[in-house]
Amino acid sequence: MDLVFRALADTTRRDIFQRVIGDGLSVSSLADDYEMSFAAVQKHVSVLERAALVTKERHGREQIVHGNLSTLRRAAALLDAFEEIWIGRATKIAEILGEKGSAT
Amino acid sequence: MTVISTTTDPVALNLTVVAEFAASPERVWAVWENPRQLERWWGPPTYPATFTRHDFEVGGESRYYMTGPEGDTPHGWWRMYMIDEPRHLEFANGLAGDDGEPVPGVEPMAAHVTFEPIDSGTRMTTESTFVDEAQMEKMLAMGMSEGMTQAVSQIEGLLTSEGA
Repeated sequence: MDLVFRALADTTRRDIFQRVIGDGLSVSSLADDYEMSFAAVQKHVSVLERAALVTKERHGREQIVHGNLSTLRRAAALLDAFEEIWIGRATKIAEILGEKGSAT
Repeated sequence: MTVISTTTDPVALNLTVVAEFAASPERVWAVWENPRQLERWWGPPTYPATFTRHDFEVGGESRYYMTGPEGDTPHGWWRMYMIDEPRHLEFANGLAGDDGEPVPGVEPMAAHVTFEPIDSGTRMTTESTFVDEAQMEKMLAMGMSEGMTQAVSQIEGLLTSEGA
């Protein structure tokens, strides 16, 4: 998940990630939209790929990049489980504080 | 309502929960400092916690275990990094082995807690920061009944297939 964080810390990579969610885009069409070399764009895509945020699929000569939302969703689902735990803890603390003779 | 807001950041793996209590910061602080009060709320309802050690001082450590419905007793530990009574608390919370000692190589999660006086009592903000998903899953597996673990993995399965 550290990889995810690092991958998304860069503006260009965040932009690429957002654009390839859905239908996906080829590396060359992505490269057309940025003022950097094809190799530089490819490098950004590799960083996203290592963090499992995108997958690459070969289509003839083209490499299509697809966004993988499940990586972020999985983290979100895990955080939701911890959120439930903390809501339970806070509720129990309120009960303890509300008991008679609990004042210190 | 006790919990007034929750914020999750799946990129930073961070969770913030804000709760308000009708008690002074000193009183809310006591439920953290006093191990007999702490163990009444730290574990989930089906996994009550028992603190066998609670050195509530900077650099101090705690050891606890939780008792599950099937008699299983997962162990955990804390290490206190900052104690500014009754305003601010920072500690690491990790998994321990059956001997009660920290499991080497398993990173702990970081917890930051602040206590702020408000008109109606205290606003307590807890911020939990995790290292990676594997760590989160291990910590969740501790203190969760079989059924709940299954429920979580089912939800994850649904989310994964939806995102594929």
